[in-house]
This record gives sequence, structure tokens and C-alpha cells, in this order.
Amino acid sequence: METARPMSMLVRPPEAAAPAAVAGEAVRSTLAPAPKLVVEHLAAGFGRATVLRDVDLAVPERSILAVIGPSGCGKSTFLRCLNRMHELVPGAWARGKLLLDGDDLNAGDVDPVLLRRRVGMVFQRPNPFPTMSIRDNVAAGLRLNGIAGNHGEIVERCLRQAALWDEVKDRLGASALSLSGGQQQRLCIARALAVEPEVLLMDEPASALDPIATAKVEDLLHELKARYTIVIVTHNMQQAARVSDQTAFFYMGDLIEVGPTDRIFTAPRKQRTEDYVTGKFG
Amino acid sequence: MRSFRLRKARNLAWTAICGLAVVAALLPLLSLLWLVVSKGGAGLSPRFFVDLPAPIGEPGGGVGNAIAGTLLMVGMASLLAVPVGVGAGVFLAEKGDGKVGSVVRFTTEVLSGVPSIVVGIVAYGLVVVPMKRFSALAGALSLALLMVPPLARAAEEFVRLVPSTLREASLALGVAQWRTSLRVVLRTALPGLLTAVLLAVARAAGETAPLLFTALNNQYWNARPDQPTASLTVQIFNYAISPYEDWHRKAWTAALVLLLLVGALNLFARVLARGRLRGAR
Amino acid sequence: MGGSAILVAGIVVLKLSQVAAPALEKLGLVSYLLGSDWDPVSGSFGALPFVYGTLVTSAVAIALALPVSVGLALFLSEMGPKRLRPVVGFAIETLAAIPSVVYGLWGLFVLVPLLRGTVEPLLGRFLGFLPLFRGPPLGLGFLAAGIILAVMILPTIASVTIEVLKTVPPPLKEGALALGATRWEAIRLAVLPYGRPGIIGAALLGLARALGETMAVTMVIGNSPEIHASLFAPGYTLPAVIANEFAEATSELHTGALAGLALVLFGITLLLSAAARILVRAVARGPAGARA
Repeated sequence: METARPMSMLVRPPEAAAPAAVAGEAVRSTLAPAPKLVVEHLAAGFGRATVLRDVDLAVPERSILAVIGPSGCGKSTFLRCLNRMHELVPGAWARGKLLLDGDDLNAGDVDPVLLRRRVGMVFQRPNPFPTMSIRDNVAAGLRLNGIAGNHGEIVERCLRQAALWDEVKDRLGASALSLSGGQQQRLCIARALAVEPEVLLMDEPASALDPIATAKVEDLLHELKARYTIVIVTHNMQQAARVSDQTAFFYMGDLIEVGPTDRIFTAPRKQRTEDYVTGKFG
Repeated sequence: MRSFRLRKARNLAWTAICGLAVVAALLPLLSLLWLVVSKGGAGLSPRFFVDLPAPIGEPGGGVGNAIAGTLLMVGMASLLAVPVGVGAGVFLAEKGDGKVGSVVRFTTEVLSGVPSIVVGIVAYGLVVVPMKRFSALAGALSLALLMVPPLARAAEEFVRLVPSTLREASLALGVAQWRTSLRVVLRTALPGLLTAVLLAVARAAGETAPLLFTALNNQYWNARPDQPTASLTVQIFNYAISPYEDWHRKAWTAALVLLLLVGALNLFARVLARGRLRGAR
Repeated sequence: MGGSAILVAGIVVLKLSQVAAPALEKLGLVSYLLGSDWDPVSGSFGALPFVYGTLVTSAVAIALALPVSVGLALFLSEMGPKRLRPVVGFAIETLAAIPSVVYGLWGLFVLVPLLRGTVEPLLGRFLGFLPLFRGPPLGLGFLAAGIILAVMILPTIASVTIEVLKTVPPPLKEGALALGATRWEAIRLAVLPYGRPGIIGAALLGLARALGETMAVTMVIGNSPEIHASLFAPGYTLPAVIANEFAEATSELHTGALAGLALVLFGITLLLSAAARILVRAVARGPAGARA
């Protein structure tokens, strides 16, 4: 399965890849999908503190980027910059370009509300709307955007995509809180899928779940990859290795290294990356 | 798909409406404070604080006896309410989880829900009826009944704030439980308790309704607890509902005096509370 | 626990009943509670106009104070600049600290003339098709009392609502925003549904305060024991009539009838504050599992 993956979808000037690999990658890149999401010179922080410095990376369409690093390395801030949730915190700031299909979403005239329709998010802890039924939770985003028509169909499709349909199809009217933690998290994924985002951000989506529920969410990621571009933050390196195509390693607010997941874990180019993935620290 | 502009406009409109709510809430306050200061300030003079009320048609006159009456009754009420309220609060904080504790807690909760006018009738039944006379004592009792529940609640909170390590340190030294409570806990919680007492006193000083038929009123000086007594609040009420222009002006001035008294107590309580917080840090 | 509540309530009720008993016996409970005529001179005592006045003024107060309080709380905690919070917080505390009789003074000399001269004629002109806004603009009446009560209970409702909004978990709000909700939509979707029981509790606490409030109402309601559909008409409330007549009641019948009104008032407030406390506690715990 490792060989089936495109060699590199990394677009990281100037040292994107070793010179020897350039020719081969150029040939493949005509077959590989174009980058969906490109981050250029992204920096972010709170007040005078900088928590993220000069990040450049690109995520190809229909692939999974895993973001790893020790606590406090800026990986969550990075994720929250991608749908501009970061700027909701008083005093928070972010600079740099955030290109989705070439449109700069970090530009001053882009409304974050519109951006968040294109870039969905799943949180660390499941956060379904507690006063709503399962059905209404999934349909909440549709209602917001004034999408009329048969919500039932969309609700079923999203719940199927989130691998939850069979477990809840007989009780769609029940409270979202009647579900288990793992089911709630998949409900939140279904809720995010309903508005048909182009990119899906996941902030340690399995950290609050038990191993069985975690496995279900991981299986789900493989299926979602067929339709969506996914960025997932995880503190679990095995998980990153299992689910992602590319891995980015952050340390102390810097992007240390990004590349194909198997290379990052087997032949990292930076000493720090090697120390981290081999468990010498973190 | 619904127009995004419409959604933005709706967001803006509701933000504006909520902002207007802030303005609507603050307008009466500003109007009231401005009028009390401007209308009341006009009649303010040193003699207003010490003179007896003048009969209608005569110039001058003050609310000296009413201020004295308020101080007398609030003082007596505090003597009654502070030991009971603080005691109940300390008890709740230290032993409040038992059966007796829940009884005391529920009692104060029920009492705090009784309207002040009803408390006035209870005090009337307890004091005025047996004594067959309106009196400062009856007024003080009604105020005390109103002071106990908030005092008990605040005292409980402040005592609970005392770190348990402090308490345990004292217990570990072999100090008896009640002495621990009294010495260590009370002393540490003292600024907080004082804040609560000041706030309760401020509230009592502004009460009118229960005094109307317990302390009644008095045109002259009175220092005896068994006699009818004037108070600042009842005096304001009587002046305000009178048909005389001159008395209306006096009502505003008396209201300014009352607000100054209540405001000073609140300010003092606030300063104390802040000092306590700074000390804790 | 219930036993002790009954004990305290018992002492209050006992004292009130002792004073009220002779009158209630003589008048008969039903004709006392449902009678609409109150005339101490002829010995006729019916409680209905006061119960009506108390309920109507409190309803007006809640109808005005609840939206303003919730709007203020939302603006402070969800929308406006953070620097505004301590300033408005201080103002709300000040509002709460002003004695009732001073509100009455302001109501009598500022609010009532304003209603008589401007507000009531305008309401009558544009909303006069409703029975609520008919009749001569007197100033003194249900509307004035309702407005002054609204100002007085606003600090209670607003401060409890602000506390309730603080309990809304941030991830819930972020969940709505991440779906592409505007700030207001996030409030509608996540904040208000979560806070609803607590806000209802806050309203009930405010209502309980409004029911028992005496002085300010006494000074602006017109003190006339009548039942009118129009809010412009003068009326009377339970606490107001006790305040006005208790000290001067000479007959045992009159004193007793007033103490009976106090019993009715006590009963209503007790019921309400119990309901409010239960609701506020329910929201303090939060919906089951929401914090798991």
C-alpha cells in the first residue's frame, strides 16, 4: 500500500525535494492532483507572543496531511489558522497567505464565515449541539446556509459517509447526547460533511475516544480521503503513520520538516524529526 | 442558497439591537443619578443634616432626626443580624453538609424569598402587637430579618474560601475545632465578612416598606428603642407623595443624602473586597 | 429539608394568619379571594384587584426587562468589546444598590410626566386598537409601575444571565462557527439553546422580586383598587395596599384583610422562587453528558 502512494506531493520551495528526485517528481506531478491548499509564510501568535513562524506547505487534493509534534509546538494553532478560528481568541493574530484553489482566504476582504463553509472542522472533544436531535445536528449547517429541499437525503448520505447510519437510522429524532462518545464524534464529522466542505480539519479527533472508536474513525478517514482534502492534528505517531499521506513535524513554532509520511518516519532529513519520531523526546 | 449578505445584515442588526439594550438599561440609571445630584444638590446645606423638619410654609428645616433614626435602627438591626447571620454562615461552611446544616440553609433560603413588606407584617405581629406601640425596635427587627439571609450566604462563601490547608495546620497543632473556626478561619475571612456586613447594612439603610408600620415616623428626635422613629426612607416617601412643591425639593435632597450613605457603604465594601483579593494573591 | 422549609414558612404564615384569621372567618375565604370590591369604610374587602394589579405589573416588567437583560448580557459576553464589561458590570451593580424609594421618586417626577405627556398619547395613537393602550393618558397606572419594576429587576435578570452565558462551553460555540455560522447564528444555534433553562430561571428570580416590590410601585401606580384592561389606567398591587393602609387600619377586620393579602403574596413568591431555584440549579449542572 505504501508504493501505491504518489511519491511526493510536497510543494515546498526552495528545498522541496532532493535534486535527484526532481525529474521523477515532475513527471508524476502531472498525474498527481494539484495542491488544494497552499500555506505561504504563515505566522501567528497571541499579543506579543509568536507561536507559529513562517510556515510554508501545500496539501494536494484528496490526500491526508498529518501534523505532529510535542505539546505546545503550535500544531493546534496551525490547524486553527486554516479556518481562521484562531483569530476568535482576543489578541490573536495571523499573517501570511492561505490559498484554497488559489484564492487567498487570509486576505482582509474575505469573510471567515464564508471560508468556514469551504473548510470544515472536527474538534478534539465531540461537541454536538446538546439540545438538538441527531437529525437536526447533521442538518444544522444546511439550515444556516439556507439550503432548502430534502434534508433527509443529505442527512442519510452524511451519516453513511461518517459510518454512523446503521447505528442511528432508527432513532434520528433522539437527542445527540444519547450517543456514545465515539458515535458523537462521528456525528460531528457528519455534521461537518453536510455543508460539503472542500477541506476537512481534524484536531486530535480520536484523543477522547476508546481504541475501538478510534479504529472506526481511522477507517473512516481512509474513505473520506476519496472526496475530501484532510488535515489532521495528532499526538499519536502511529496514528499519523497509519492514516496520512504526508506528515508535517512542528517544533517550538517552526515547521521542521514536511514530506511523504513513510519518508518522514523512515528517513527523516532533520535530526530533530528523527529524535521525535524515534521517541528520543516528546 | 440564501444570500450571504442577508445573513451578514441580520448578524449586524442583532448586534445593534443588543447594543441598544445596553443603552436602554443604562439610560434610567444615568437619568436618575443626574436628577438626584442636580435637584437634590440644590437644597443641600450643612443644616439639612442636623435640623428637624420644618412645618409647611416655614423656610429651612432638615432631616436630622430621620438620619439619626435610620442610623439608630440600622445599628440595632446589625447588632441583631450580624451575629446570627455570620454564625449561621460559619456553621454552614464548617458543618453545612449534615442534616442540621441543610435545615439552616433551607431556612435562610426561604427567608430570603419573603418580600420585605411581608417581613414588616411579621415584625408587626412579633413586636408592635404585644407592645401596643410602633417602635424603633420593631423597625430594627424587620431590618434584621432582611439582613440575615444575605449575610449567612456571604459568610458561608467567604469562610469556604479559607484554604483548607490553613485549617488543617491549626487542627494538626492540636487546636480544638471550634477554636480553629473562630481563630484561624474567622480571622482570615474577616475582610470578606466585613464586606458582606457593609453590603447588608447598605441594603437595610435603603429599606422603606417594612418601616411604614413598624417604626412609623416621628417629627422629633428620638433615641429610645420603644418609641416611633423617623427614617430617611420613610421621610423621602412622605415628602414625595405630598402635594407641596417645597417638600418635593426636600425629597430630592433627602434622596441625595440616602444615595451618598448607601454609595459610601458600597464603595467601602468594594475597596475592602479588592484589598482581600490583592492580599490573597 | 422540606421540614425546615415548612418550619420557617410556618412561622411567617402563623404570624400572618393570627392577624388575618378574624377577618377571613368573617368575610369567608372565597368571597375574600374573588371579591373585586375593596372599601374599608363600608367593610367590604375583596383581594382580586390587588392580585390582578400585582400580576399585570409584574408581567409588564418581565416583558420589558427580559429582552433588554438578555440583549445586554449577550452584548457584554458575546459581542461587544471586553473593556466594556467592567464598566457595565459596575453600572448594573449600582442599579441594584439604589433604594426602592429613590426609584419611586424618579418614577413619580420623571417617568410619570413622560408617560402622560409623550409615551401614552403615542401608544394610544398607534396601538390604540389594542385594549391595552386605550383610555386617557394619566401617567400614573399599570404601565408606569411595570416600567419602574422593569428597571428594578433588570440587574437581577442581567447578572444571572451573564453568569449563565459563562457556563456555555466554548467548544459548542466554536462548533457552530466552524460550520460557517455568523456570530448571531452561533448564538441562536449553540448559546441560547444551552442557556435557555438558566435564562428562564433568571426571569423567574426577577419576577419574584417584582411581585414583592413595594415602594416604587406604590408611588406610581395610582393606588386605586380597580380592574382595568388598559395599562394606562390606575391600579393597585398587594404590597402597595399593605404599605398604604396597614399603619392606619383601625378595625380588626381591615388589619386582618391586609394580613390576608400578605399571605397571598407570600404564597405566590414562595412558589415562584422555588421554581426559579430548581431551574437555575438544573442549568448549573448542565445537560447530562455535555461536560463528559
